[in-house]
Amino acid sequence: MSTAAPPAEPQPTEPTEGPDERLVHRSLARRLMGRPELGAVVGAIAVFLFFSFAADTFLQADSLSTVLYASSTIGIMAVPVALLMIGGEFDLSAGVMVVSSALISSMFSYQMTANTWVGVGVSLLVTLAIGVFNGFLLTRTKLPSFIITLGTFFMLTGLNLGFTKLISGTVSTKSIADMEGFESARVLFASHLTIGGVDIQVTILWWIALIALATWILLRTRVGNWIFAVGGNADAARAVGVPVTKTKIGLYMGVAFAAWISGQHLLFSYDAIQSGDGVGNEFLYIIAAAVGGCLMTGGYGSAIGAAVGAFIFGMTSKGIVYAQWNPDWYKFFLGAMLLLATLLNAWVRKRAEASK
Amino acid sequence: MSTATESDPRTEAGTPLVELSDVSKYYGNVKALEGVSLEVHAGEISCVLGDNGAGKSTLIKIIAGLHQHDAGSFTIEGEEARLSSPREALDRGIATVYQDLAVVPLMPVWRNFFLGSEPTKGFGPFKHLDARAMRETTRSELLRMGIDLRDVDQPIGTLSGGERQCVAIARAVYFGAKVLVLDEPTAALGVKQSGVVLKYVAAARDAGLGVVLITHNPHHAYLVGDRFVLLKRGTMAGSHLKSEIALEELTRQMAGGSELEQLSHELERAQGPEHLGGHPMH
Repeated sequence: MSTAAPPAEPQPTEPTEGPDERLVHRSLARRLMGRPELGAVVGAIAVFLFFSFAADTFLQADSLSTVLYASSTIGIMAVPVALLMIGGEFDLSAGVMVVSSALISSMFSYQMTANTWVGVGVSLLVTLAIGVFNGFLLTRTKLPSFIITLGTFFMLTGLNLGFTKLISGTVSTKSIADMEGFESARVLFASHLTIGGVDIQVTILWWIALIALATWILLRTRVGNWIFAVGGNADAARAVGVPVTKTKIGLYMGVAFAAWISGQHLLFSYDAIQSGDGVGNEFLYIIAAAVGGCLMTGGYGSAIGAAVGAFIFGMTSKGIVYAQWNPDWYKFFLGAMLLLATLLNAWVRKRAEASK
Repeated sequence: MSTATESDPRTEAGTPLVELSDVSKYYGNVKALEGVSLEVHAGEISCVLGDNGAGKSTLIKIIAGLHQHDAGSFTIEGEEARLSSPREALDRGIATVYQDLAVVPLMPVWRNFFLGSEPTKGFGPFKHLDARAMRETTRSELLRMGIDLRDVDQPIGTLSGGERQCVAIARAVYFGAKVLVLDEPTAALGVKQSGVVLKYVAAARDAGLGVVLITHNPHHAYLVGDRFVLLKRGTMAGSHLKSEIALEELTRQMAGGSELEQLSHELERAQGPEHLGGHPMH
């Protein structure tokens, strides 16, 4: 942000009476345009309408529940990734971290013949430690997070494959379906409830809870203020006493926590894990966050926007199937959507700031 | 050289909030600052003037707690001090406003105003920002400083450079600073904007704060300053009360004093050259 002064604009020197009279000109539409989620919401409505017409079955309750499920699997990760991006950093290791978390849980329980809940607990600790490792390296070395997490991305990919082959002899883990505690853990991470005849996957509840928690933190707590500040101008934040290092490490731990939830879901919905999975998913999370209005440079964005971004991709990935098209086109759509949404967001923000 | 001595009636009024006497700072074998004295009193503005490389930033860093002095004494309200961090300086009532570090541009004004010291309400996991009070306080505190904002929810980056500087000053005043250190607050601003900022500097003074104003503009300094310290190449080139020095003299000293006179003589002697390059005049 340039500190050069714009040519002297008239300064309000005296407090005018009726201090808000200039606000009248900012209509509701203008204020909506100032929201980071706007681009994503407009996009979501467009995609929804599109598939409502293009696919006959899209509007059925069953289809919508499937769409929501697909959205939630991306969305659980997109929410903390959005917070991290608002804090000015990336995490390229987020995709494989999900699989790492599942592998740790599965292999620990299997090898130690322990209750699956023990594996779940160990997995939580180790996954959080990976998050701390990312954050600690970042704040210590002051290298760009792109490099640091690209490093952890490859290291985790290698460890996932290496350890799985070393321990189980194949690229996938042994089934833990018959182990103690499996059924109760499945209830928490991979069950589904029927509400009014509609199947609701438990991940949708996790997703909604995470959105609510993240939004609460961002907008209503001190930590939220710090997240915006470390992403917007870390030096200024440090100068007024914001704990920049702790905030960033905390954000990486948030991503790790969500990776743990995702990983346990993966494990308990299939009972065995392919160690090579997860690669490339980190981009889905980043795209969802960016479509949802998070600035790539940090300091701006919202958790709800990222959730809407995830919803767009849920609708598209399933909508293409319901419309009986070739699903190969999905990836093309991902890229095009990212470009369009980012352009729209940039344009909206420019208009919103000019209107003030 | 120093004319602001203990016998001066104005200094007898009370102990200075901050006093540097004969302070030196060395970076290895480089003398960054040598034998500099400065007094900051409540309700007064002490200006530090100097060209680039004169040692102004070193002086600020000592007062702001970023660096420690190597010789001389630094007292805060009469107590010998050696600050180890900006946080410690803040705790002792010294707030520093850096021109480029002041704010987070994309954040709303009210979030910037309270950044790092946000008030909360509620308990345990339900502890949350008192957003309503934050908005209202921001609005009323800025109004008190004479800044009438259209909307405290606008990103602070949409304000002009002068307004941003003023918000940073208002923030320091609100959080109970006794001494306000301003690093070149008018350097990047236009004439009108500078005037606005100087007005808030004066408002902070009238609120009873001691202000250290660092600048290389003698015109700005003379408008609001009570004391003037001139730095040149790390040493003190002059220290004056406003009553003892006129603007012309301050400007002359600031511009290089005798060096400038010599330059002017040289330029006079060089006047009326026989020719300017390849076209000799007949």
